Parts: sequence; C-alpha cells; structure tokens
Amino acid sequence: MNNAKRGKVVSYNKWGYIFLIPFVVVYAVFQLIPMVSTFYNSFFENYRSGLTQIGPNFVGFKNFATLFTNGDLLMYTRNTMIMWILGFVPQIIVSLLLGAWFSDPSLRLKGQRFFKTVIYLPNLIMASAFSMLFFTLFADSGPINSILISMGIISGPFKFMSHVWSVRGLVAFMNFIMWFGNTTILLMAGMMGIDPALYEAAQVDGATATQIFYRITLPLLRPILLYVMITSLIGGLQMFDVPQILTNGTGDPVRKSMTLIMYLNKHLWSKNYGMGGALSVLLFIITGIFSFIVFKINTRTDK
Amino acid sequence: MNTENKQSKGLPIGVRRAIAYIVLIFMSILCLVWFYILFVNATRSKGELTRGFTPIPSTHLIENLSNGVFHGTLPFVRGMLNSLFVAGCSAALCTYFSTMTAYAIHVYDFKMKKFMSTFILAVMMIPQQVTALGFLQLVGRMKLEDNFIPLIVPAVAAPVTYFYMKQYMESTLPLSLVEAARIDGSGEFRTFNSIVLPLMKPAIAVQAIFTFVSSWNNYFTPALILHKDKMKTLPILIAQLRSADFLKFNMGHVYAAIAFSIFPVILVYLFLSKYIVGGTTLGGVKG
Repeated sequence: MNNAKRGKVVSYNKWGYIFLIPFVVVYAVFQLIPMVSTFYNSFFENYRSGLTQIGPNFVGFKNFATLFTNGDLLMYTRNTMIMWILGFVPQIIVSLLLGAWFSDPSLRLKGQRFFKTVIYLPNLIMASAFSMLFFTLFADSGPINSILISMGIISGPFKFMSHVWSVRGLVAFMNFIMWFGNTTILLMAGMMGIDPALYEAAQVDGATATQIFYRITLPLLRPILLYVMITSLIGGLQMFDVPQILTNGTGDPVRKSMTLIMYLNKHLWSKNYGMGGALSVLLFIITGIFSFIVFKINTRTDK
Repeated sequence: MNTENKQSKGLPIGVRRAIAYIVLIFMSILCLVWFYILFVNATRSKGELTRGFTPIPSTHLIENLSNGVFHGTLPFVRGMLNSLFVAGCSAALCTYFSTMTAYAIHVYDFKMKKFMSTFILAVMMIPQQVTALGFLQLVGRMKLEDNFIPLIVPAVAAPVTYFYMKQYMESTLPLSLVEAARIDGSGEFRTFNSIVLPLMKPAIAVQAIFTFVSSWNNYFTPALILHKDKMKTLPILIAQLRSADFLKFNMGHVYAAIAFSIFPVILVYLFLSKYIVGGTTLGGVKG
C-alpha cells in the first residue's frame, strides 16, 4: 500500500518536468544558444571591409580593447545616460506627486479612472510611430513651429533637429510622456500598501500633507522607488526606438543622441560581429549587475 | 521651523484639491495633444498643411488614407496584417505556455523545481538586445530570415509573463482543487486545460494584452530579420517612411500613415483600459 502510494506521488511529479519542456526547449534554443554564441563572437575578429570578409580570427580581448579605446563607447554611454536622466527625473517627480494624490483618501479626487486611463495611454503607443509623429510635428515647417510663430514666441522656425539639446530633450520628453503613467500606477500600488493607521496617527498629531509625504510615504516607499529606478535604468540602457527613428539612425547632430543599442544595431547591420559581440557582452554585464539588484528586491518581497 | 509648521497647518484641502486637478488636467493634455494634432493634420490636404496649423479638422481624411495608406508606396495594410498575425500568435503562445510553466512550478514537487524557479527569476531582466547577435546568426543558420517563426516561437519562454502567472496562481489556485480533479479521474494535462486555464482567465487576459502590445510595437528584432516588403511589420514601415526623402512626400499622406498605425491601438485601448491599468501593478518591468 505504502509502496503503491509512493509510486503514485512520483508519477504525478514527473508531470512537473513534462510541463516545463516547452519553456526549457524554447529558452535553450532561442536564448541560451544565442547568448553563448554572442559571447563566443566577441573574441573573434569578424567583419566586412568593402567586399572582402575579414576573419573570423581569434583575437582574444582585442575587440574589448578597441571598444574602450576608440572613444565612441564613452560618448554613447554618456548620451544614453543623459537622455535617461532627463526623462527619469521629471518622471519620478510627477509620478510621486500623482501617486500621492490618487492614493490620498482625504482628497477624494473624482474621475480617477479617466485620468489613469489617459496618462497610461502613451505607454501603449508604438514607440517608433510616436517618434515619427514627433519628428513631423517638430519639423522645420511642422505644426509646432507654426504654432510658436503665430503666438509670436519665435520669429522664424526653430530647427529642433539640428541642435544637440533639442534632440536630446525631445527624446527625453517622449520617454517621460511614455513612462510616467506606468510609474505612477506602480508607485500608487506601493502607497496603497502603506498602513492607513500611520496616516491617521500623523493627522491626529497635526502633521501637514507635505510632512506626511516626506516623513511617512517616502521612507516607506524606498524599496519600490529603488525597484522603479533600477528597472527604469535597465530600460534606459535599452533606449533605441525613439532616438533611432527621430534621428533616422544617425544620432545626429554630431552623434550626440546616439545610444548604446543604436551603436549595437549599427554593428549588427554592417555585420561587424566581433565588435557587436564585445558590445553585447559589455551590455550584458552591466544589465546583469542591475538585474541582480532587482532580483534581490523581488525575492525579498516574495517572502 | 517648528513654530512655523504649527502656525500654518498646510494648505486647506480645497486648494490642494484644486492644484491636483489643475496638474492632472495639464498632464492629460500633455498626453493627448499630440494625437489631436495628428488627427487634425491627417484630415488636411497638402495645400492646407503648408499654410500652417489650425485646430479645426478639415475634410481630406479619406483622400489621405486612400493615397497614403491603401494605395501608397509603402504596404501599410499588409504591414498591419503582418503585425496582427505576429502579435496575435505571440500573445496566444506566450500566455498558454507561461501558464503551463507556472503550473509546473506551482503544483508539482520535483528535484529541479527550486533551481528552475530561481533560474527563471534570475534571467527575467536580460534584455533581448544583448543576445540579438547570436539570435541573428542562429536565424540565419536555420534559414528562417524573412519568416515569422523567429518572432513568434520565442514568446513561449517569457520569464516576465511566467512570473505574473505564478503570482496570480498562488492567490487563486488551491492545490486541493487539483487533487479533487485527480480523484475524479482527470488526467494531468486535462486538468490543466479544462480546470486551470479557465480559472486563470483574468490573468491570461491581462498578459495577452501586454504581450500583444509589446510584440506589436517591437522594432529592433523584426527590422533585423524581415527584409522582404510583403513580410514587413508596421514599425519597420514607419522607419522606412522616416528614412524616405521627405520633400517628395505629401505630408497629409505621412500623417495618415502615422494615424493608421496609432489610432487602432488607442481605440482598442479605450475598450480594454480596465484590464490594462489594473494589470500593470504586478507585471511592470521596464521604463
């Protein structure tokens, strides 16, 4: 009897493996193998020079050395980080503010569903189409320039696409518009999780809304804020669609809005697999470090 | 400083509420105004567009759609069908198999369980782009370029969706239910398909929408894999529109093409927003 029962249990649990087969097979084929071969490629010289194919020849860490010494990497990392920060700072400020208002019962805001629906909307819009839209709206003869001129703010069209900071600003602004709704909803969920007794106690003690925000909400929100910041940073490192479409892949003016993934994309198109591989490995390591922090946060909140 | 705080007990509630409404309305306008301008400009003719912007829509929408989208130089209709197909298949495969993976980890006890759940959680944040090089080579070796398979099948292994499904399962699927099904003689596979899947419907709906949208919007990978005109998805066509010589274009057609790629999503979103806005809290990953 005992034996039969144990046999039954074992036979059920083998289904655990069976149900895992699709995930494991697909993950191995489309993720693990590509990852290994990306790493492998980074140690080889493998590119096209005109019509002649150079390599693949094993060169050790030479690709990484080139990556670090030719100066492009530093500039593109700076560009990516600048555009991320320009978008993230307003995003977190606005999201904290809106989240606090939405979750504050004493405010009793009406039409919350409507506002949440509207601010979340840009997140679902195809980034490439949104970027294309901004390109046409902010073109030299586009509607924004025409509105600004008719309002008398500027006398002639402002060439948004020929100034470093207006291009970077537009990219950051688009990222801000696309992501602040998402962040607001994440932060709001965190704020709803705070024990209401704490707020009541603070109100009884005569604390103002500002004091409550800085002394109770912010400190208790720290883990979620950290989570939001790091996931946003990982997303920021992947910044591609918006600047790629806005600048037509050039990152102009003078490649000052070229991001790391646009750089990778360029190597992939020109089939420079050695340098592309080295860049991928580097990005993998950086996102790996950030992911590890997220992983730690997730496993902690799991318990 | 303390005395100051005691004197003024912060702003009165009415004022705070007014400020909140003003900021909310301002942010809503900031989100929507671009789409309004897009809509207005998509209805205007080439001549009207060169005369500067007016907020009143004109009457050339059908004409612009017809010449810019349906009979234009770029195959936008085909692109939309391709996008629909790829995103639809990805969403179906992703939700079905992610639920299955979550079920395996949630219900069964086996040696590799701990390792697998930790592994999936650990690889959750690895972005697609860093393995794109190897992926591209693999696709080339499998002769799957200009094919939708490399854009659809990888959706089976989606750590983020799995994570969401597992969390949902922990709160809604009691193990006793699975055991009851066993006693009634239901096979494991049947239990999963006819008892667990229906129970997971709300979570599947949310994740199907998110997977669909992210596949629909994806530009990086499809652009590297799809080269034939009739295989291209919408984001690739948008990029092609951007790189085309602008002076030759009728801007009304360009606006119509952008509107064609954006407005269907907005319409669908307005119907599904209840699920989407509620669903983000558990699955939010990037930004």
